[in-house]
Amino acid sequence: MLNNFVMPDLYPAAPEIFLLLMSFLVLFVDLIFGATHRWMTAMLTVVTLLGCAAITLVTSDGQTTLTFSNMFVDDLLSDFLKLVTYLAVIMMLIYGRQYLADRGLDKGEFYLLVLYATLGMMVMISAASFLTMYLGLELMSLSLYGLVAIDRESRRGTEAAMKYFVLGALASGMLLYGMSMIYGATGSLELGSVAQAMYQGHSEKTVLVFGLVFVVAGVAFKLGMVPFHMWIPDVYHGAPTAVTMFIGSAPKLAAFAMALRLLVYGLFALAVDWQKMLLIMAVLSIGLGNLAAIAQTNIKRMLAYSAISHMGYMVLGLMSGLVGGQLDPFTAVNAYSSALYYTVAYVLMSLGAFGMVLLLSRAGYEAENLEDFKGLNKRSPWFAAMMLIMMFSMAGIPFFVGFFAKFAVLLAAIKAGYTAVAVIAVMFSLIGAFYYLRVVKLMYFDTPVDSAPITAGLDLRVLLSLNGLAVAGFGLFPDSLMLVCTTALMRSL
Amino acid sequence: MNSQLLSLAIWVPILGAVPVFAAGSERRCLVRWLALAVAIAGFLVTLPLYTRFDVTQAGMQFVEQAPWITRFNVQYLLGVDGISMPFILLNSFITVMVVLAGWEVIEEKQAQYMGAFLVMSGLMNGIFSALDGVLFYVFFEASLIPMYIIIGVWGGPNRVYAAIKFFLYTLLGSLLMLVALIWLFLESGGSFNILEWHRMPIAMGPQILIFIAFLVSFAVKVPMWPVHTWLPDAHVEAPTGGSVVLAAIALKLGAYGFVRFSLPIVPDASHYLAPLMIALSLTAVVYIGFVALVQADMKKLIAYSSISHMGFVTLGFFIFNAIGVEGALVQMISHGFISAAMFLCVGVMYDRMHSRMIADYGGVVHTMPKFAGLFVFFAMANSGLPATSGFVGEFMVILGAIKANFWMGFAAATTLILGAAYTLWMIKRVVFGAVANDHVAALEDINGREFLVLGLLAACVLAMGLYPFPFTEVMHASVDNLLKHVAVVKLQ
Repeated sequence: MLNNFVMPDLYPAAPEIFLLLMSFLVLFVDLIFGATHRWMTAMLTVVTLLGCAAITLVTSDGQTTLTFSNMFVDDLLSDFLKLVTYLAVIMMLIYGRQYLADRGLDKGEFYLLVLYATLGMMVMISAASFLTMYLGLELMSLSLYGLVAIDRESRRGTEAAMKYFVLGALASGMLLYGMSMIYGATGSLELGSVAQAMYQGHSEKTVLVFGLVFVVAGVAFKLGMVPFHMWIPDVYHGAPTAVTMFIGSAPKLAAFAMALRLLVYGLFALAVDWQKMLLIMAVLSIGLGNLAAIAQTNIKRMLAYSAISHMGYMVLGLMSGLVGGQLDPFTAVNAYSSALYYTVAYVLMSLGAFGMVLLLSRAGYEAENLEDFKGLNKRSPWFAAMMLIMMFSMAGIPFFVGFFAKFAVLLAAIKAGYTAVAVIAVMFSLIGAFYYLRVVKLMYFDTPVDSAPITAGLDLRVLLSLNGLAVAGFGLFPDSLMLVCTTALMRSL
Repeated sequence: MNSQLLSLAIWVPILGAVPVFAAGSERRCLVRWLALAVAIAGFLVTLPLYTRFDVTQAGMQFVEQAPWITRFNVQYLLGVDGISMPFILLNSFITVMVVLAGWEVIEEKQAQYMGAFLVMSGLMNGIFSALDGVLFYVFFEASLIPMYIIIGVWGGPNRVYAAIKFFLYTLLGSLLMLVALIWLFLESGGSFNILEWHRMPIAMGPQILIFIAFLVSFAVKVPMWPVHTWLPDAHVEAPTGGSVVLAAIALKLGAYGFVRFSLPIVPDASHYLAPLMIALSLTAVVYIGFVALVQADMKKLIAYSSISHMGFVTLGFFIFNAIGVEGALVQMISHGFISAAMFLCVGVMYDRMHSRMIADYGGVVHTMPKFAGLFVFFAMANSGLPATSGFVGEFMVILGAIKANFWMGFAAATTLILGAAYTLWMIKRVVFGAVANDHVAALEDINGREFLVLGLLAACVLAMGLYPFPFTEVMHASVDNLLKHVAVVKLQ
């Protein structure tokens, strides 16, 4: 048997391999210097991610390459998503540096877990088979469970981690169960062969749809869509803010990749069925996310519900690829790229919003209540303006990137004939506008309760400013990012 | 004909706001003069729009075109015709007045106040000159942000409620418009060009739906009865400058939307639903006129009077004859001057007395004679006195209405009585009579700056009333063209 072993082409997986090797180095460096020079661990982590970015850029040739017996794919979409993921993780590390140091949370494990979670996301993004998908997902999730509980003193953090773990394990189980059903019906784990087997029509439809339901449930859990959203508010609330920022940004990209690979690459033959499921979940997410966010007084919880609604809007794009069971390549690319664009835009806004929470927090003080934003315009007009940009962008008001993201998915949805759904979605975004407006109201119309000067470091300030300007800049000139998303998707379908 | 005039009109105030913000609120003197310089520069760059305007042409002039979002074929497409051009001038002019009006009275965060108005001015120029659906929408909605901040930060005691109500109400309308715009994009085979939409045939069913989507959006903005309730709140709570911009320009956006979108894109639905529109407009004119009569708060009274006057505008549009439409446009500009002046007058008194209640005043003429003269003049204009601009528009719309239907014209004409009643009764109680109390007795007359602002506005009102030709001249060709276009059935 061993004679049949063929050495796989490792080249497409170079960034993953690099990250894995570097993580050992990080481990060693932290072991030796960690106690006294934690900054070296942090530095090395950032260097690792930058190295991954460089490798991804250099090896990106726009071709779709399959390796590891068709279990791993390297295409333009994966390159793009990975680059955004590195960016999001690096931003999170910079945003969170001081916050973690103040609370003694910048342990060596933190950086290592972040690296492994990133590795998991990269594997998810490049997965071309159920098996790699599941491996990546578990690597990411297990690292995230650990990160949520990184503050061992915090009861809320531990509880959140527990909840996340139990529900996450359940979702993984469902996903695995669904995958096994589909494997049973099609005889393959590779997404390409699964799709082919379905088109040939030899497989049992009932088993397939049965499996599909579980797969969709698993995907919905990772995206955090109603009714699989229960973990989101508690985890967002319970985790240390830097970790919340991490969970609220890069994993959304990985979850998007998972949804796209599983549903579009693998199970497209069942699109008519999964579109209906996504439709219901999208409407419920938009509705519940926006309504529940109004009642929150904690900004992390508010952003959690806002995340639920945003993923609902994103899925509006994802479910609009197929019109009346007819495949039109242009419509499909349009719809999926709008969902991709939405995800990237959301990650950018989410990083900025949590960055603001980190900005206002300081040693011994968590600025996680809405009250803490009161009168920010008096304390710092510049950062109040940055938060204003984030909030209006999330509410979908132009000239900010969030508007164009909503615009793109609404266009896709209306094109697919879901005009009524689009009307419902915009009406809920009207309701959603209220709680974003409330944050602006607190910052501008109210007098400060907390009058302590903002002590955040220069790195955070600069990054936050750049983040805010990016949200505004991609809104004034939306063309570039949109074209990148479209091209990445078109060349990879 | 390629020129950058419209881009200048939009971006000079917006980019000019950046140094104003940057100057910070500590350096008040610098902020004021900087803001004034930007506002004047913003006004000066719009002047060539008038002087170089070709009145014989009905089409778009000063057109600028550049790709903006290639994926959806969205263009940075600007252009003005005789309908939209006057509003750009009006807007830029009013901005100068607003900066002057906030010269001393705004004590807190003056840089942000001035900057917000400059941004607002640029955005509104963008609305009036955008010829691309998405570009229009983007300006339309973005202009909510500075107004939200203006009302909320510098407004009265109930400002938070008013600001949020203002924002959500307007957003409600515009979101439906967004869906309609996307529908039109898909139906037209991938174009957001408004002029192409004008030519595109659409079946009756979709026409009516689109009309309703636009109606919700624009009716809230105008505001038409019964979706007007945000306006009195916003006006009462807003600082003087905010009220001025709201009344003079922001309300015109809705009416302008009807002329640019509803009438030419869905003319058949417009004809079909015209009775409804006329009914709503007449309700606004008559019913809101009575509501204005009983107000105790001067700002609220003027706010209701604005709603009533805007009812005239929508009435003029939906009777579909040249004199009606032109009258409505004249009324829009004239109301821009008069309502701005009225709110400024109330602002002048409020700055001194910190009260807007009619009951707190009386005999102002004895202590502020110069001011009283101007105030009475504007009040006369507001009630449609001949030789003021208020008369021209109203008279033309009434003529148009009588042409269409005598009783319609009759109902519309009641405004001449009602308008005179509520405005002059307010004047009688505030300006004339014996000096009501010690506070009034201690009032000081207006200073040079205030006199300059009110005097300029008075000159405009008078000029437009005596010789409206320069205003109507630019509109003629475009209005004729519009009416010809609307008269043609474009069902599929």
